[in-house]
Amino acid sequence: MMQERVLDWLDERLDLSSLRHFIAEKKVPIHAHEIWYYLGGLTLFLFAIQVASGILLILYYRPSAEEAYESVQFIVSEVQFGWLIRNVHSWSANLLIAVAFAHFFSVFLLKSYRRPRELTWVTGMLLLFLMLGFGFSGYLLPWNELAFFATKVGTGMAGAVPIIGDGLMRVLRGGDDVTGATLSRFYGLHIAILPALTTLLVAGHLLLVQRQGMSVPLEIERRARAGKRIPDMPFFPNYVLRDVLAWYVAIALLAALAAFYPWELGRKADAFAPVPPGIRPEWYFLATFHTLKMLPAYILGIEGEQIGVLGMGAAAAFLVFVPFLDRRVSRGEPSPLFTLIALFGLAYLVVFTIVGHYAE
Amino acid sequence: MERQKQKEERASGLDTPVERRTFLDAVLGFGIVSSAAAILYPVWRFLIPPASGEPATASAVAARLAEVQPNTGILFRFGSTPGLLVRDPNGELRAFSAVCTHLDCTVQYAADTSQIWCACHNGFYDLAGNVVSGPPPRPLEQFAVDVRGEPGEEEVVVSRV
Repeated sequence: MMQERVLDWLDERLDLSSLRHFIAEKKVPIHAHEIWYYLGGLTLFLFAIQVASGILLILYYRPSAEEAYESVQFIVSEVQFGWLIRNVHSWSANLLIAVAFAHFFSVFLLKSYRRPRELTWVTGMLLLFLMLGFGFSGYLLPWNELAFFATKVGTGMAGAVPIIGDGLMRVLRGGDDVTGATLSRFYGLHIAILPALTTLLVAGHLLLVQRQGMSVPLEIERRARAGKRIPDMPFFPNYVLRDVLAWYVAIALLAALAAFYPWELGRKADAFAPVPPGIRPEWYFLATFHTLKMLPAYILGIEGEQIGVLGMGAAAAFLVFVPFLDRRVSRGEPSPLFTLIALFGLAYLVVFTIVGHYAE
Repeated sequence: MERQKQKEERASGLDTPVERRTFLDAVLGFGIVSSAAAILYPVWRFLIPPASGEPATASAVAARLAEVQPNTGILFRFGSTPGLLVRDPNGELRAFSAVCTHLDCTVQYAADTSQIWCACHNGFYDLAGNVVSGPPPRPLEQFAVDVRGEPGEEEVVVSRV
């Protein structure tokens, strides 16, 4: 067969035997919590859709204050299937964030970060922050009213960081204010810097997952240690086909959302127009946004916003270091405190997102 | 007895049962190929740039007559492409598309030889637009020239023939 000859030819030059052996031997444990295993692959799949649709959008998008809005308008109204590509990019971005958050909470609650998977967790956390960065920078690119003012608020938050705040804000904005210079900067961030960092981190994250195999929940691991066998399934082709099934569900959902709920373009940004009412960021920043809104102007003589921004920085740092702080679970003991922290974080995000959505 | 019969049927090629695995593989392959097609078709169409929407220009004002001295040439906008207006040493006006027929460079008037010259690959055209030397395969597209307006204020109007 042709296929075999090509593989043989490659094998002779690259020696793929170890890779083939690895794929043949790879097994996925099957147990009650196995459903959460799909989320990582699904996140990666949605990211691949983002890369592909993003590359297509680059062909017509023009990153300047004068032309950005018009070029997006051109894409959705003149280019064949442009509406589809843009809607898929917008919807897939939102699904990606949602699935990444679900992945994060499932790993948190199953304590899969425990020894020896600390680095998998750290790279994953950094990837989640990068995804939020993608969302924030991509939101501005259509250069519409909502995005323009949301970016003003968002970059203004960086200004609240003590000492380095002003400098940080200027670096983010490419000047003192949100202008065409900000747009160029966000564009570079969105299509070059963030993708490069993401590629590196995804490679590390996947390498770790492959080297260490799937994590099994603590209780099941204990049962295995007591001599009970955990049922498993070959990764290829059995589990891969299940993964593909999940991807198909995602494609179907994306196609339906893109076709029936087109992403609004809104009005072109105008720095001299009054801020439209109901200005708010993307849903995944709503909880943060609402928290900052609720803080009083001064807490113990310090600006409330500074406290808020510092608190969020501290929370982010805490999350990155969770595997090193949760000592009990690394010793193989349950750690109800961290379960409680995860549940509290989840409840906080859900409640504040909903409240932020309905608040004036 | 029964088995022997089945074997014979298979050997004869009649009523060959399709293996379950072969059938499922075919269904799976068909599914994957058709989804790939459903995804790649819009992508392919997206890559094709839409028509610019600009109507083809029929005529344009190239210059004021007073601006064009004998034995000179000037470039002007003809829609989205450049045009070349030439006034020969005798004062006669001619206009051409300034897009070289070789590789789309913009041509210019060479006053020393009274010819039209393309600097990219040294192509020469005479003042009727015909190729004199160099690589251009076809003559330049020639436009009609009209002079309109009050004496002293005349404009040179160029239009597609």
